[in-house]
Amino acid sequence: MTAQKSPIIEIRNVSKRFGKVTAVDNVSLDILAGEFFVLLGPSGCGKTTLLRMIAGFEMPTEGQILIDGQDMAHVPPNRRPVNMVFQSYAVFPHMSVADNVAYGLKIAGVGRSEREERVREALELVKLGGFEDRMPDQMSGGQRQRVALARSLVMRPKVLLLDEPLSALDAKLRAQMQFELADLQDQVGITFVTVTHDQDEALSMACRIAVMNKGDVAQLATPSDLYEYPANRFVADFVGSVNLFEGKLTLDEPDKAAVDCPGVGKIYLNHGVTGPHGADVWVALRPEKIYLHVPGAGKAVQAAGQDAPEGHNFARGRITGMSYLGDITLFDITLDDGATIRVSRPNLSRHDQEDFEWNDRVSMHWRADSPVVLLS
Amino acid sequence: MIALFNRTPRAPLEYTRTLWMRLWVGSVLVFLYAPLLVLMIFSFNDSKRNVVWRGFTTKYYEKALNNDTLVEALVNSLTIAGLATVFSLVLGAMTAVMLWRFKFRLKGIVDGTISLPIIVPEICLGVAMLIFFAWVDWPTDLIWPLNLSAITIAHITFCFPFVTMVVRARLASFNKEEEEAAKDLGASEWQAFRDVLLPHMRPALVAGSLLAFTLSLDDFVITFFTAGPDTITFPVKVYSMVRFSVTPEVNAASTLLIVLTVVLTAIALKIQGTRNLTVSHA
Repeated sequence: MTAQKSPIIEIRNVSKRFGKVTAVDNVSLDILAGEFFVLLGPSGCGKTTLLRMIAGFEMPTEGQILIDGQDMAHVPPNRRPVNMVFQSYAVFPHMSVADNVAYGLKIAGVGRSEREERVREALELVKLGGFEDRMPDQMSGGQRQRVALARSLVMRPKVLLLDEPLSALDAKLRAQMQFELADLQDQVGITFVTVTHDQDEALSMACRIAVMNKGDVAQLATPSDLYEYPANRFVADFVGSVNLFEGKLTLDEPDKAAVDCPGVGKIYLNHGVTGPHGADVWVALRPEKIYLHVPGAGKAVQAAGQDAPEGHNFARGRITGMSYLGDITLFDITLDDGATIRVSRPNLSRHDQEDFEWNDRVSMHWRADSPVVLLS
Repeated sequence: MIALFNRTPRAPLEYTRTLWMRLWVGSVLVFLYAPLLVLMIFSFNDSKRNVVWRGFTTKYYEKALNNDTLVEALVNSLTIAGLATVFSLVLGAMTAVMLWRFKFRLKGIVDGTISLPIIVPEICLGVAMLIFFAWVDWPTDLIWPLNLSAITIAHITFCFPFVTMVVRARLASFNKEEEEAAKDLGASEWQAFRDVLLPHMRPALVAGSLLAFTLSLDDFVITFFTAGPDTITFPVKVYSMVRFSVTPEVNAASTLLIVLTVVLTAIALKIQGTRNLTVSHA
């Protein structure tokens, strides 16, 4: 679907070094026209540096950045067809809201009547109609951010860059802004490139996500692919929570595979992994994909047996930790074989959380399409 | 005990409601302003000497304003202060921006020596200036206002580091993303400076010029050493008048100067909005 669209930003073998520190290490990726692209990663992974290189505030040490087919090597930030919403919003404190939003148009020499019309439109778009004469210090953080958004959108850029746009907002407002930003992007059809360290934010807003680690792109995929098919341990661990087990690949055929994980047991998959036989691999298993059973009746064994050979994909253990979060309950279970596994269980009815207690013995199973085998 | 006043009890940090604190604040104010008040009151004293009150008169103001050399000294002082303020402001602000913005070789040395004129005792700076102007053979017999050039240069030397200090302190609170935002919206380097950085600096520029103006206006030591034989400034003139006797005329002239500086300061603060001097935007 998105593959047919043309790239608006092409990043080719870009590296950025600050002295001896390599912030971005030979990154190549395309950002497609009209998509909501997210750069996700822990602090210091180089995502902000990459964004600032697109905006023109940093120059690549090596490599090339093309925006709309044009090489940006000698184009200063004020001549680039991109606009940025800064982490601090950077709203001009001595100008009214209307003057803030009109600033870029004024510099560009847009006439007064058109300017006023576009400012009004932009403020309507971010739901700040009627705030024209306010000063920034009379506004809340969320409102200031909307001013910053309007100030950029009014320029009708080809690409809008957002640096940690939601990090300074409280949890409720953040959730609301996630939806509003996605909506807004839909309305204006501009390409959005957002930097964030918050995986929920990335998953909820993005068309595609590039997960960055130590200056490198660890994986570039859609949100669901990233979550369900992580390419390596870093991505599996950074996006969502995960159980990671080390093991040896004992079976690898086109339609099935098995991994022997000491401390956990035998894990069976209903697809091949094309890894070297006998290799050391890691298995990633999401907490919500594990079913928890009251022990005794052998239900876990039976359930596991439905899509895996006998003795695979089930485990027994004791609950050594519980945390009730309202919608779900998290269990830490110490397995009989020694490993610790985390299981999350939705509280589908009001009394679900009463099913298990600390120190209860439990058994569990998972389906053969749930585990992911990681080679790195 | 009978409560004489039905008031809320004093909170632990409400020191302004304790008697001893009020007395202390009052005595500090007296300590600060009593001498000035006495000086102002005795400028209206109908007596040749300043010790005993003999009745109200304004004749010493008339006398002061008709004293040609005193008026000339005042005009000189104001001219020097005005010129020194303008040059100190431009030079000081530029220095502050340079030290804040750029990294360059020997920056540490420049940074350290910039405030030297503040630290060096005035008497040393005065002597140094005297020797310097003698060494370069600076002409002393020029027409007004060029005859004030040596004093003005000396004043700029010790005034502009104060401006630099004030402006630098203000720049430390500047959010560089604001300047980047301006450039991101299409502004050139100059436009971003004019529209974003300069408005941020404005309170410091006002404070810095007030500082420079008052420092220059009342400087005695350095002026004394750099003034030519025929140029005189207000503080130097007052000093020479006092050497004979402290007449109410000196009081009157001083009072005029105090009123003048207070009015100027009030105007500057009014233009600026006092709030901006202390409040910085997050």
